[in-house]
Amino acid sequence: MNDNDIVLRVEDIHKSFGGNEVLRGVSFDVRRGETKVFIGPSGTGKSTLLRCINQLTPPDRGKVWLDGEEVTNSGARINYFRQKIGMVFQNFFLFDHLTALKNVELALLRVRGMGKAEARAKALTELRQVGMEDWADHYPAELSGGQAQRVSIARALAMDPDVILFDEPTSALDPELTREVLEVMRKLAREGMTMLVVTHEMGFACSVANEVLFMENGVVAEQGSPDLLLHDPRFTRMKDFIGRIDSRMED
Amino acid sequence: MDQSVFIFDILLPALMQGLVVTLQLIACSAPFGLALGIAVAVGRQYGGRVTSWLCKTFVFLIKGTPLLLLLFILYFGLPAIGITFSAFVASVVGFILCNGAYNAEYIRGALISIKDGQMVAARSLGMTRWQAIKNVILPQALRRAIPGLSNEFIYLIKYSSLAYMLTVIELSGAGKLVATKYFTYTESFAVVGVIYLVLVTITTAAVSILERRVAVPGTARAATAAQL
Repeated sequence: MNDNDIVLRVEDIHKSFGGNEVLRGVSFDVRRGETKVFIGPSGTGKSTLLRCINQLTPPDRGKVWLDGEEVTNSGARINYFRQKIGMVFQNFFLFDHLTALKNVELALLRVRGMGKAEARAKALTELRQVGMEDWADHYPAELSGGQAQRVSIARALAMDPDVILFDEPTSALDPELTREVLEVMRKLAREGMTMLVVTHEMGFACSVANEVLFMENGVVAEQGSPDLLLHDPRFTRMKDFIGRIDSRMED
Repeated sequence: MDQSVFIFDILLPALMQGLVVTLQLIACSAPFGLALGIAVAVGRQYGGRVTSWLCKTFVFLIKGTPLLLLLFILYFGLPAIGITFSAFVASVVGFILCNGAYNAEYIRGALISIKDGQMVAARSLGMTRWQAIKNVILPQALRRAIPGLSNEFIYLIKYSSLAYMLTVIELSGAGKLVATKYFTYTESFAVVGVIYLVLVTITTAAVSILERRVAVPGTARAATAAQL
């Protein structure tokens, strides 16, 4: 594998909150166009890990590299890296006072310094990507959860990121709405977007992920292709975890 | 003297002159009071330790002392250290400080009410803290602060009468002068009161139009509240 393919490198990330060590040394490389899915029990630091990558939560130790440049300890340049590392949140976090279109436009205008016409055209293109251009003039409060999440994906896409971090993007949605959001993410993956996804959607993980990272107690416990983790007898922990979920659902 | 002659030929012309001064006081104070309120609220909420402490102390001092005292200090006290304001300017400065401090509290309450996710999302797009405050947080917070701010604006209309204590002949002062001269306290002050009522009524109507104008579609809180 060519080292130049690596767009994001995460090196030995540690993070504690109070006395609670949430991340205890996580490392991995992400190749361009790859989709990595993070699975694991609640409270094992998956969301914290994503936030450490774009420094929304600065890690205590460890380094993050984007395209060979260090993201950690980058000072004010972090705002440049954050444009290149998109993020999609469980609760969407759309800007409540702005229409779908303006949600996507805002950072283009204020951060990228685009002109009005150009930003508008770009925002509409991104909304079309996620099937939301007909809803451009609607406010977040007028959208369903699935629609809101698609707009927030468009908002992240608009910055032309090198990688997008998805933090449980469908956990706040019912199965129907989950499907429409996963459909969009599947399409992005096919089109070659690099994605890190924290999710509990095993179906999505198995069909889209190039690699699954099973996290437990702040470390990556198992790592490999979905097929490997699910079927190779050497890997047991993720299978146990999925078994526990399934048996709970049957109860 | 005929009552109507007194009211229309003597009282009202004098009060109109006073009203103009009152409106000038308000027009000079309110915009800066709002700006100061925003600055102090943002400084307290998002500033560093020192800035935050300064903003907090400023609000504490203004809230903890009578406005009249502040006006006396500005007009009668400051000349002792070489700063001399005209009565009108001293009044306006006092009103801006007072209005700003109370506005700051309303705005701070609104800032706190904005969910963290808004800031998180803005920063995740590469906005600086200030860009996020300006483009995402404040536009939402100011909408929520409108009821409080309008309340404070109405107070301003009324406490502008304190300028009379610094010899500015505004609406109340003009009423007092006519009342004393013609010994018509009841009529004079009743008419003054009616004029204040009209000012406040106009303000209330204007605020309710403004609130409807800037309301974010889909967030029909009033409608929901009425149903529940």
